[in-house]
Amino acid sequence: MWHFVSPKIIFGESALTSLEEISISRALVITDHNLIELGVVEPALEEIRKTGCEMLVFDQVTPDPTLEAVDLGTTAANEFQPDWIIGLGGGSPMDTAKAIWVMYERPDLVPAMINPFVELGLRQKARLITIPTTSGTGAEVTWAIVLTDGENNRKMGLGNRENAADIALVDPALAVSMPPRLTADTGLDALTHAVEGFICTWHTDITDGLCLNAAREIFQQLPVAFEASQADNPSQRRYQTAREKMHNAATCAGLGFGNALASLAHAMGHVIGSVFHIPHGRAVGLCLPYTIEFAARGEDPSRISLLTDLLGIKVSNSNAGESLAAALRKLIREIENPLSLEELGLEEKEYNQQLDKLVDDAFNDTQIITAPRAPSYEELEKLFDYVFHGQPVDF
Amino acid sequence: MAYKFPSDEWIKALSDQLNASESYQRSAKDWEGDFVFVAEPDDTYPETAYLLLELYHGKSPGAAMLDPEQLPDTEFTIKAPFTTWRKVIEGKLDPIQGMMTGQLKLKGNLMKVMRYPKAAQEIVSCCAKIPTDW
Repeated sequence: MWHFVSPKIIFGESALTSLEEISISRALVITDHNLIELGVVEPALEEIRKTGCEMLVFDQVTPDPTLEAVDLGTTAANEFQPDWIIGLGGGSPMDTAKAIWVMYERPDLVPAMINPFVELGLRQKARLITIPTTSGTGAEVTWAIVLTDGENNRKMGLGNRENAADIALVDPALAVSMPPRLTADTGLDALTHAVEGFICTWHTDITDGLCLNAAREIFQQLPVAFEASQADNPSQRRYQTAREKMHNAATCAGLGFGNALASLAHAMGHVIGSVFHIPHGRAVGLCLPYTIEFAARGEDPSRISLLTDLLGIKVSNSNAGESLAAALRKLIREIENPLSLEELGLEEKEYNQQLDKLVDDAFNDTQIITAPRAPSYEELEKLFDYVFHGQPVDF
Repeated sequence: MAYKFPSDEWIKALSDQLNASESYQRSAKDWEGDFVFVAEPDDTYPETAYLLLELYHGKSPGAAMLDPEQLPDTEFTIKAPFTTWRKVIEGKLDPIQGMMTGQLKLKGNLMKVMRYPKAAQEIVSCCAKIPTDW
Protein backbone atom coordinates (compact mmCIF):
# COMPACT_ATOMS: atom_id res chain seq x y z
CA MET A 1 0.00 0.00 0.00
CA TRP A 2 1.38 3.42 -0.91
CA HIS A 3 0.14 6.88 -1.75
CA PHE A 4 0.28 9.07 -4.84
CA VAL A 5 0.04 12.79 -4.26
CA SER A 6 -0.31 15.43 -6.94
CA PRO A 7 -1.52 18.99 -7.14
CA LYS A 8 -3.84 20.04 -9.92
CA ILE A 9 -1.39 20.75 -12.74
CA ILE A 10 -2.09 23.35 -15.40
CA PHE A 11 0.63 23.18 -18.01
CA GLY A 12 1.68 24.41 -21.40
CA GLU A 13 1.61 27.70 -23.23
CA SER A 14 -0.34 30.39 -21.39
CA ALA A 15 -0.82 28.27 -18.27
CA LEU A 16 -0.23 31.44 -16.27
CA THR A 17 -3.47 32.96 -17.57
CA SER A 18 -5.42 30.38 -15.56
CA LEU A 19 -4.62 32.49 -12.49
CA GLU A 20 -7.60 34.65 -13.39
CA GLU A 21 -9.87 31.64 -12.87
CA ILE A 22 -8.73 31.25 -9.27
CA SER A 23 -10.54 33.27 -6.66
CA ILE A 24 -7.67 35.06 -4.92
CA SER A 25 -8.24 37.83 -2.39
CA ARG A 26 -4.78 38.23 -0.88
CA ALA A 27 -1.74 36.62 -2.50
CA LEU A 28 1.58 36.30 -0.72
CA VAL A 29 4.21 35.66 -3.38
CA ILE A 30 7.40 33.97 -2.21
CA THR A 31 10.28 34.49 -4.59
CA ASP A 32 13.90 35.48 -5.03
CA HIS A 33 14.96 39.11 -5.36
CA ASN A 34 17.30 38.28 -8.23
CA LEU A 35 14.45 36.81 -10.25
CA ILE A 36 12.55 40.05 -9.83
CA GLU A 37 15.56 42.15 -10.81
CA LEU A 38 16.14 40.04 -13.92
CA GLY A 39 12.49 40.24 -14.90
CA VAL A 40 12.14 36.46 -14.94
CA VAL A 41 9.02 36.39 -12.78
CA GLU A 42 7.37 39.50 -14.19
CA PRO A 43 4.99 37.55 -16.48
CA ALA A 44 3.67 35.69 -13.45
CA LEU A 45 3.45 38.80 -11.29
CA GLU A 46 1.56 40.56 -14.07
CA GLU A 47 -0.99 37.75 -14.26
CA ILE A 48 -1.42 37.86 -10.48
CA ARG A 49 -2.03 41.62 -10.63
CA LYS A 50 -4.66 41.07 -13.30
CA THR A 51 -6.73 39.04 -10.86
CA GLY A 52 -7.31 42.25 -8.90
CA CYS A 53 -6.17 40.67 -5.66
CA GLU A 54 -4.04 42.36 -3.06
CA MET A 55 -0.50 41.14 -3.45
CA LEU A 56 2.54 41.15 -1.21
CA VAL A 57 5.88 39.96 -2.52
CA PHE A 58 8.38 38.37 -0.11
CA ASP A 59 11.62 38.24 -2.07
CA GLN A 60 14.18 37.30 0.55
CA VAL A 61 14.62 33.69 -0.50
CA THR A 62 18.14 32.70 -1.47
CA PRO A 63 19.51 29.51 -3.04
CA ASP A 64 19.74 26.82 -0.34
CA PRO A 65 16.95 28.40 1.69
CA THR A 66 17.45 28.69 5.38
CA LEU A 67 15.29 28.51 8.45
CA GLU A 68 15.79 32.24 8.81
CA ALA A 69 14.12 32.91 5.47
CA VAL A 70 11.18 30.75 6.53
CA ASP A 71 10.94 32.69 9.77
CA LEU A 72 10.91 36.05 8.01
CA GLY A 73 8.39 34.85 5.46
CA THR A 74 6.13 33.49 8.17
CA THR A 75 6.19 36.86 9.89
CA ALA A 76 5.16 38.45 6.59
CA ALA A 77 2.34 35.92 6.23
CA ASN A 78 1.07 36.52 9.75
CA GLU A 79 0.95 40.25 9.11
CA PHE A 80 -0.55 40.04 5.62
CA GLN A 81 -3.01 37.15 6.22
CA PRO A 82 -3.08 35.75 2.68
CA ASP A 83 -5.66 33.29 1.41
CA TRP A 84 -3.22 32.07 -1.25
CA ILE A 85 0.53 31.62 -0.99
CA ILE A 86 2.40 31.45 -4.29
CA GLY A 87 5.87 29.91 -4.52
CA LEU A 88 7.41 31.41 -7.65
CA GLY A 89 10.87 30.52 -8.89
CA GLY A 90 13.18 27.54 -8.62
CA GLY A 91 13.15 24.92 -5.90
CA SER A 92 14.23 27.34 -3.19
CA PRO A 93 11.26 29.75 -3.34
CA MET A 94 8.81 26.90 -3.83
CA ASP A 95 10.13 24.88 -0.89
CA THR A 96 10.30 28.01 1.23
CA ALA A 97 6.69 28.78 0.30
CA LYS A 98 5.65 25.30 1.45
CA ALA A 99 7.40 25.79 4.80
CA ILE A 100 6.01 29.30 5.31
CA TRP A 101 2.51 27.99 4.56
CA VAL A 102 2.83 25.27 7.18
CA MET A 103 4.18 27.72 9.78
CA TYR A 104 1.40 30.21 8.95
CA GLU A 105 -1.24 27.54 9.49
CA ARG A 106 0.50 25.83 12.40
CA PRO A 107 2.30 28.43 14.53
CA ASP A 108 2.69 25.78 17.21
CA LEU A 109 5.27 23.95 15.08
CA VAL A 110 8.86 24.63 14.08
CA PRO A 111 10.03 23.72 10.57
CA ALA A 112 12.00 20.71 11.82
CA MET A 113 8.70 19.19 12.95
CA ILE A 114 7.28 19.01 9.42
CA ASN A 115 7.41 15.27 8.79
CA PRO A 116 5.28 12.67 7.05
CA PHE A 117 3.87 11.09 10.20
CA VAL A 118 1.78 13.91 11.61
CA GLU A 119 -1.53 15.43 10.62
CA LEU A 120 -1.00 19.09 9.85
CA GLY A 121 -4.60 20.11 9.19
CA LEU A 122 -3.65 22.64 6.51
CA ARG A 123 -5.99 24.68 4.32
CA GLN A 124 -7.73 26.44 7.19
CA LYS A 125 -6.26 29.84 6.29
CA ALA A 126 -4.67 29.53 2.86
CA ARG A 127 -3.79 27.29 -0.05
CA LEU A 128 -0.67 27.00 -2.15
CA ILE A 129 0.16 27.62 -5.80
CA THR A 130 3.59 26.75 -7.16
CA ILE A 131 5.01 28.21 -10.36
CA PRO A 132 8.41 26.92 -11.50
CA THR A 133 10.88 29.06 -13.43
CA THR A 134 13.43 26.26 -13.92
CA SER A 135 13.23 22.83 -15.57
CA GLY A 136 13.78 21.83 -12.87
CA THR A 137 13.52 20.70 -9.40
CA GLY A 138 10.00 19.34 -9.67
CA ALA A 139 9.28 21.11 -6.38
CA GLU A 140 6.06 22.43 -7.90
CA VAL A 141 4.54 18.96 -7.52
CA THR A 142 6.43 17.35 -4.64
CA TRP A 143 5.63 17.53 -0.97
CA ALA A 144 9.28 17.54 0.03
CA ILE A 145 10.77 20.64 1.63
CA VAL A 146 14.55 20.93 1.55
CA LEU A 147 15.99 23.59 3.81
CA THR A 148 19.53 24.20 4.94
CA ASP A 149 20.60 23.97 8.55
CA GLY A 150 23.27 26.66 8.40
CA GLU A 151 24.61 25.84 11.83
CA ASN A 152 25.51 22.26 10.96
CA ASN A 153 26.04 22.78 7.23
CA ARG A 154 23.50 20.13 6.45
CA LYS A 155 20.39 19.75 4.33
CA MET A 156 17.16 19.17 6.22
CA GLY A 157 14.76 16.87 4.41
CA LEU A 158 11.29 17.82 5.64
CA GLY A 159 7.78 17.60 4.32
CA ASN A 160 4.32 16.16 4.68
CA ARG A 161 1.89 15.01 2.00
CA GLU A 162 -0.55 17.73 3.01
CA ASN A 163 1.92 20.48 2.03
CA ALA A 164 1.98 19.51 -1.64
CA ALA A 165 0.64 22.47 -3.62
CA ASP A 166 -3.02 22.77 -4.49
CA ILE A 167 -2.20 24.02 -7.97
CA ALA A 168 1.00 23.88 -10.02
CA LEU A 169 1.23 26.21 -13.02
CA VAL A 170 3.83 24.88 -15.45
CA ASP A 171 4.21 27.56 -18.11
CA PRO A 172 7.24 27.20 -20.42
CA ALA A 173 7.35 30.97 -20.94
CA LEU A 174 9.03 31.26 -17.55
CA ALA A 175 11.85 28.89 -18.44
CA VAL A 176 12.96 30.26 -21.81
CA SER A 177 15.34 32.84 -20.40
CA MET A 178 17.33 30.39 -18.28
CA PRO A 179 21.05 30.93 -18.92
CA PRO A 180 23.28 27.98 -19.89
CA ARG A 181 24.54 26.93 -16.46
CA LEU A 182 21.09 27.04 -14.93
CA THR A 183 19.63 25.15 -17.89
CA ALA A 184 22.29 22.46 -17.49
CA ASP A 185 22.16 22.18 -13.70
CA THR A 186 18.40 22.10 -13.32
CA GLY A 187 18.10 19.77 -16.29
CA LEU A 188 20.47 17.34 -14.63
CA ASP A 189 18.47 17.60 -11.42
CA ALA A 190 15.36 16.59 -13.34
CA LEU A 191 17.17 13.71 -15.03
CA THR A 192 18.53 12.44 -11.72
CA HIS A 193 15.00 12.53 -10.27
CA ALA A 194 13.73 10.51 -13.21
CA VAL A 195 16.48 7.90 -13.15
CA GLU A 196 16.57 7.49 -9.38
CA GLY A 197 12.79 7.47 -9.09
CA PHE A 198 12.81 4.53 -11.54
CA ILE A 199 15.60 2.44 -10.06
CA CYS A 200 15.06 3.06 -6.36
CA THR A 201 13.60 0.37 -4.13
CA TRP A 202 10.49 2.48 -3.52
CA HIS A 203 9.57 2.68 -7.22
CA THR A 204 5.92 1.89 -8.02
CA ASP A 205 3.86 0.91 -11.04
CA ILE A 206 2.32 4.37 -10.99
CA THR A 207 5.58 6.32 -10.80
CA ASP A 208 7.54 4.18 -13.27
CA GLY A 209 5.81 5.59 -16.34
CA LEU A 210 6.33 9.17 -15.22
CA CYS A 211 10.03 8.60 -14.49
CA LEU A 212 10.66 6.70 -17.70
CA ASN A 213 8.97 9.28 -19.92
CA ALA A 214 10.76 12.11 -18.15
CA ALA A 215 14.15 10.42 -18.56
CA ARG A 216 13.49 9.73 -22.22
CA GLU A 217 12.49 13.34 -22.92
CA ILE A 218 15.38 14.82 -20.97
CA PHE A 219 18.00 12.71 -22.76
CA GLN A 220 16.62 14.05 -26.03
CA GLN A 221 15.76 17.61 -25.16
CA LEU A 222 18.32 18.80 -22.62
CA PRO A 223 21.14 19.20 -25.17
CA VAL A 224 18.78 21.20 -27.39
CA ALA A 225 17.59 23.33 -24.48
CA PHE A 226 21.23 23.94 -23.56
CA GLU A 227 21.92 24.99 -27.14
CA ALA A 228 18.88 27.28 -26.95
CA SER A 229 20.28 28.96 -23.85
CA GLN A 230 23.29 30.10 -25.86
CA ALA A 231 21.63 30.68 -29.20
CA ASP A 232 21.39 34.04 -30.97
CA ASN A 233 17.86 33.14 -31.95
CA PRO A 234 16.33 31.25 -29.01
CA SER A 235 12.83 31.69 -30.41
CA GLN A 236 13.43 29.08 -33.11
CA ARG A 237 10.68 26.49 -33.04
CA ARG A 238 12.91 23.56 -32.09
CA TYR A 239 14.37 25.55 -29.21
CA GLN A 240 10.94 26.55 -27.95
CA THR A 241 9.81 22.94 -28.23
CA ALA A 242 12.86 21.77 -26.27
CA ARG A 243 12.20 24.32 -23.52
CA GLU A 244 8.57 23.27 -23.23
CA LYS A 245 9.41 19.56 -23.28
CA MET A 246 12.06 20.07 -20.59
CA HIS A 247 9.66 22.08 -18.44
CA ASN A 248 7.02 19.34 -18.64
CA ALA A 249 9.58 16.56 -18.18
CA ALA A 250 10.87 18.16 -14.99
CA THR A 251 7.33 18.18 -13.61
CA CYS A 252 6.85 14.53 -14.65
CA ALA A 253 10.11 13.62 -12.97
CA GLY A 254 9.01 15.53 -9.88
CA LEU A 255 5.74 13.60 -9.73
CA GLY A 256 7.59 10.37 -10.28
CA PHE A 257 10.37 10.64 -7.76
CA GLY A 258 8.24 12.69 -5.39
CA ASN A 259 5.93 9.71 -5.01
CA ALA A 260 8.73 7.15 -4.96
CA LEU A 261 11.97 8.64 -3.67
CA ALA A 262 15.36 9.71 -4.93
CA SER A 263 18.36 7.61 -3.99
CA LEU A 264 22.10 7.41 -3.50
CA ALA A 265 23.10 10.16 -5.95
CA HIS A 266 20.86 12.54 -4.03
CA ALA A 267 22.22 11.39 -0.66
CA MET A 268 25.76 12.10 -1.91
CA GLY A 269 24.80 15.19 -3.87
CA HIS A 270 22.99 16.78 -0.92
CA VAL A 271 26.06 16.64 1.26
CA ILE A 272 28.45 17.67 -1.52
CA GLY A 273 26.18 20.60 -2.27
CA SER A 274 25.86 21.78 1.31
CA VAL A 275 29.51 21.33 2.29
CA PHE A 276 31.12 22.73 -0.83
CA HIS A 277 28.30 25.08 -1.91
CA ILE A 278 27.76 23.47 -5.27
CA PRO A 279 24.40 23.92 -7.04
CA HIS A 280 22.12 21.00 -6.28
CA GLY A 281 21.55 19.79 -9.84
CA ARG A 282 25.25 19.95 -10.67
CA ALA A 283 26.09 17.92 -7.56
CA VAL A 284 23.50 15.16 -7.94
CA GLY A 285 24.02 14.92 -11.70
CA LEU A 286 27.75 14.59 -11.18
CA CYS A 287 27.24 11.67 -8.77
CA LEU A 288 24.63 9.85 -10.87
CA PRO A 289 26.88 7.91 -13.30
CA TYR A 290 28.95 6.62 -10.38
CA THR A 291 25.96 5.52 -8.33
CA ILE A 292 24.53 3.77 -11.39
CA GLU A 293 27.79 1.89 -11.92
CA PHE A 294 27.87 0.99 -8.23
CA ALA A 295 24.27 -0.24 -8.19
CA ALA A 296 24.75 -2.22 -11.38
CA ARG A 297 27.38 -4.32 -9.62
CA GLY A 298 24.97 -5.24 -6.82
CA GLU A 299 22.91 -8.37 -6.38
CA ASP A 300 19.94 -7.08 -8.33
CA PRO A 301 20.70 -4.69 -11.20
CA SER A 302 17.42 -5.51 -12.94
CA ARG A 303 15.93 -2.02 -12.65
CA ILE A 304 19.00 -0.54 -14.27
CA SER A 305 18.90 -3.10 -17.06
CA LEU A 306 15.22 -2.40 -17.62
CA LEU A 307 15.67 1.36 -17.68
CA THR A 308 18.62 1.13 -20.05
CA ASP A 309 16.59 -1.08 -22.38
CA LEU A 310 13.49 1.14 -22.27
CA LEU A 311 15.58 4.23 -22.99
CA GLY A 312 16.92 2.53 -26.09
CA ILE A 313 20.51 2.70 -24.91
CA LYS A 314 22.69 0.11 -26.57
CA VAL A 315 24.29 -2.19 -24.01
CA SER A 316 27.94 -2.99 -24.54
CA ASN A 317 29.72 -5.92 -22.90
CA SER A 318 26.39 -7.06 -21.37
CA ASN A 319 26.71 -4.41 -18.70
CA ALA A 320 23.70 -2.16 -18.70
CA GLY A 321 25.04 -0.07 -15.83
CA GLU A 322 28.21 0.82 -17.70
CA SER A 323 26.22 1.69 -20.81
CA LEU A 324 23.74 3.87 -18.92
CA ALA A 325 26.59 5.58 -17.06
CA ALA A 326 28.37 6.20 -20.37
CA ALA A 327 25.21 7.73 -21.83
CA LEU A 328 24.88 9.96 -18.77
CA ARG A 329 28.51 11.06 -19.01
CA LYS A 330 28.07 11.83 -22.69
CA LEU A 331 25.06 14.01 -21.91
CA ILE A 332 26.86 15.75 -19.05
CA ARG A 333 29.74 16.51 -21.42
CA GLU A 334 27.35 17.84 -24.06
CA ILE A 335 25.97 20.37 -21.62
CA GLU A 336 29.49 21.24 -20.47
CA ASN A 337 29.08 20.16 -16.86
CA PRO A 338 31.90 18.62 -14.81
CA LEU A 339 32.28 14.87 -14.44
CA SER A 340 34.23 14.85 -11.18
CA LEU A 341 34.78 16.97 -8.11
CA GLU A 342 38.38 17.48 -9.19
CA GLU A 343 37.18 18.83 -12.52
CA LEU A 344 34.80 21.07 -10.64
CA GLY A 345 37.88 22.71 -9.11
CA LEU A 346 37.70 21.25 -5.63
CA GLU A 347 41.09 20.98 -3.91
CA GLU A 348 41.96 17.48 -2.74
CA LYS A 349 43.12 18.74 0.65
CA GLU A 350 39.78 20.41 1.31
CA TYR A 351 37.96 17.30 0.08
CA ASN A 352 39.96 15.01 2.38
CA GLN A 353 39.29 17.26 5.36
CA GLN A 354 35.55 16.88 4.80
CA LEU A 355 35.45 13.23 3.80
CA ASP A 356 34.30 11.90 7.19
CA LYS A 357 31.46 14.42 7.25
CA LEU A 358 30.54 13.60 3.64
CA VAL A 359 30.23 9.92 4.47
CA ASP A 360 28.40 10.42 7.78
CA ASP A 361 25.90 12.94 6.43
CA ALA A 362 25.25 10.94 3.26
CA PHE A 363 24.69 7.84 5.36
CA ASN A 364 22.04 9.66 7.35
CA ASP A 365 20.33 11.30 4.40
CA THR A 366 16.84 9.82 4.01
CA GLN A 367 17.40 9.30 0.28
CA ILE A 368 20.01 6.60 0.90
CA ILE A 369 17.47 4.12 2.22
CA THR A 370 16.17 3.35 -1.27
CA ALA A 371 19.54 2.63 -2.85
CA PRO A 372 19.23 -0.55 -4.94
CA ARG A 373 22.64 -1.51 -3.57
CA ALA A 374 23.16 -0.26 -0.02
CA PRO A 375 26.79 0.80 0.45
CA SER A 376 28.79 0.05 3.57
CA TYR A 377 30.70 2.93 5.14
CA GLU A 378 33.87 1.77 3.46
CA GLU A 379 32.16 1.49 0.09
CA LEU A 380 30.57 4.92 0.43
CA GLU A 381 33.93 6.45 1.29
CA LYS A 382 35.43 4.75 -1.76
CA LEU A 383 32.55 5.97 -3.90
CA PHE A 384 33.19 9.55 -2.85
CA ASP A 385 36.85 9.08 -3.81
CA TYR A 386 35.87 7.82 -7.24
CA VAL A 387 33.53 10.80 -7.66
CA PHE A 388 36.36 13.11 -6.65
CA HIS A 389 38.87 11.65 -9.09
CA GLY A 390 36.45 10.86 -11.90
CA GLN A 391 37.16 7.15 -11.94
CA PRO A 392 34.46 4.78 -13.22
CA VAL A 393 33.32 2.50 -10.43
CA ASP A 394 34.85 -0.97 -10.55
CA PHE A 395 33.82 -2.47 -7.21
CA MET B 1 18.95 -22.81 15.83
CA ALA B 2 15.79 -20.78 15.09
CA TYR B 3 14.20 -18.42 17.57
CA LYS B 4 10.45 -18.15 18.01
CA PHE B 5 9.00 -14.72 17.19
CA PRO B 6 8.07 -13.03 19.40
CA SER B 7 10.17 -14.30 22.30
CA ASP B 8 12.76 -13.22 24.81
CA GLU B 9 15.37 -15.23 22.92
CA TRP B 10 14.53 -13.54 19.64
CA ILE B 11 14.84 -9.98 20.89
CA LYS B 12 18.08 -10.85 22.69
CA ALA B 13 19.39 -12.34 19.45
CA LEU B 14 18.60 -9.00 17.75
CA SER B 15 20.46 -7.15 20.49
CA ASP B 16 23.47 -9.42 19.91
CA GLN B 17 23.32 -8.84 16.16
CA LEU B 18 23.30 -5.07 16.63
CA ASN B 19 26.26 -5.25 18.97
CA ALA B 20 28.15 -7.24 16.34
CA SER B 21 27.26 -4.87 13.50
CA GLU B 22 29.90 -2.26 12.71
CA SER B 23 27.52 -0.65 10.26
CA TYR B 24 24.81 -0.23 12.89
CA GLN B 25 27.32 1.05 15.41
CA ARG B 26 28.57 3.75 13.11
CA SER B 27 25.14 4.79 11.84
CA ALA B 28 23.75 5.00 15.38
CA LYS B 29 26.82 6.30 17.18
CA ASP B 30 24.93 9.32 18.55
CA TRP B 31 21.61 7.57 19.09
CA GLU B 32 19.95 7.54 22.53
CA GLY B 33 16.50 6.12 22.98
CA ASP B 34 14.99 2.73 23.72
CA PHE B 35 12.20 1.04 21.80
CA VAL B 36 9.29 -1.15 22.72
CA PHE B 37 8.01 -3.17 19.77
CA VAL B 38 4.43 -4.24 20.31
CA ALA B 39 3.17 -7.20 18.29
CA GLU B 40 -0.61 -6.99 18.36
CA PRO B 41 -2.86 -10.01 17.92
CA ASP B 42 -4.33 -10.91 14.56
CA ASP B 43 -5.50 -14.04 12.73
CA THR B 44 -2.12 -15.71 13.09
CA TYR B 45 -1.11 -14.66 16.60
CA PRO B 46 -3.53 -14.56 19.56
CA GLU B 47 -1.78 -12.34 22.12
CA THR B 48 -0.04 -9.01 22.52
CA ALA B 49 3.72 -9.26 22.91
CA TYR B 50 6.01 -6.51 24.22
CA LEU B 51 9.66 -6.53 23.17
CA LEU B 52 12.05 -4.05 24.77
CA LEU B 53 15.20 -3.07 22.84
CA GLU B 54 17.63 -0.77 24.57
CA LEU B 55 19.76 1.38 22.26
CA TYR B 56 22.57 3.71 23.26
CA HIS B 57 25.37 5.20 21.17
CA GLY B 58 25.58 2.42 18.64
CA LYS B 59 25.15 -0.41 21.12
CA SER B 60 22.26 -2.40 22.54
CA PRO B 61 22.83 -2.65 26.29
CA GLY B 62 19.92 -5.04 26.75
CA ALA B 63 16.72 -6.54 25.41
CA ALA B 64 13.84 -8.57 26.80
CA MET B 65 10.29 -9.73 26.21
CA LEU B 66 8.25 -8.29 29.04
CA ASP B 67 4.79 -8.31 30.49
CA PRO B 68 3.05 -4.93 30.13
CA GLU B 69 3.33 -4.14 33.82
CA GLN B 70 7.11 -4.59 33.61
CA LEU B 71 7.59 -2.14 30.74
CA PRO B 72 9.74 0.89 31.39
CA ASP B 73 8.74 4.26 29.99
CA THR B 74 10.63 4.26 26.70
CA GLU B 75 11.13 7.10 24.28
CA PHE B 76 9.71 5.08 21.36
CA THR B 77 6.96 2.55 20.85
CA ILE B 78 6.11 0.92 17.56
CA LYS B 79 2.86 -1.05 17.35
CA ALA B 80 1.73 -3.31 14.56
CA PRO B 81 -0.14 -6.57 14.07
CA PHE B 82 1.96 -9.73 14.19
CA THR B 83 1.61 -10.23 10.44
CA THR B 84 2.93 -6.75 9.74
CA TRP B 85 5.98 -7.37 11.92
CA ARG B 86 6.60 -10.55 9.98
CA LYS B 87 6.55 -8.58 6.73
CA VAL B 88 9.06 -6.09 8.11
CA ILE B 89 11.41 -8.76 9.44
CA GLU B 90 11.23 -10.76 6.21
CA GLY B 91 12.05 -7.63 4.20
CA LYS B 92 8.64 -7.44 2.53
CA LEU B 93 7.69 -4.12 4.11
CA ASP B 94 10.13 -1.24 4.42
CA PRO B 95 9.76 0.00 8.00
CA ILE B 96 9.95 3.67 7.02
CA GLN B 97 7.26 3.14 4.40
CA GLY B 98 5.34 1.17 6.99
CA MET B 99 5.40 4.12 9.36
CA MET B 100 4.53 6.57 6.60
CA THR B 101 1.43 4.57 5.67
CA GLY B 102 0.35 3.94 9.23
CA GLN B 103 0.89 0.20 9.04
CA LEU B 104 3.43 0.61 11.83
CA LYS B 105 2.27 3.06 14.45
CA LEU B 106 5.19 4.99 15.86
CA LYS B 107 4.87 6.88 19.13
CA GLY B 108 7.77 9.11 20.08
CA ASN B 109 9.97 11.86 18.68
CA LEU B 110 9.43 11.28 14.98
CA MET B 111 11.91 13.92 13.84
CA LYS B 112 14.63 12.04 15.62
CA VAL B 113 13.89 8.76 13.85
CA MET B 114 13.97 10.50 10.48
CA ARG B 115 17.47 11.77 11.20
CA TYR B 116 18.74 8.18 11.50
CA PRO B 117 17.27 6.37 8.49
CA LYS B 118 20.37 4.28 8.00
CA ALA B 119 20.32 3.05 11.58
CA ALA B 120 16.67 2.03 11.12
CA GLN B 121 17.63 0.14 7.99
CA GLU B 122 20.48 -1.58 9.79
CA ILE B 123 18.15 -2.76 12.55
CA VAL B 124 15.95 -4.42 9.93
CA SER B 125 19.02 -5.93 8.28
CA CYS B 126 20.02 -7.42 11.60
CA CYS B 127 16.50 -8.78 12.08
CA ALA B 128 16.82 -10.59 8.80
CA LYS B 129 19.94 -12.36 10.04
CA ILE B 130 18.11 -14.02 12.92
CA PRO B 131 16.84 -17.50 12.05
CA THR B 132 13.18 -17.10 12.95
CA ASP B 133 10.52 -19.63 13.72
CA TRP B 134 7.12 -18.17 12.94
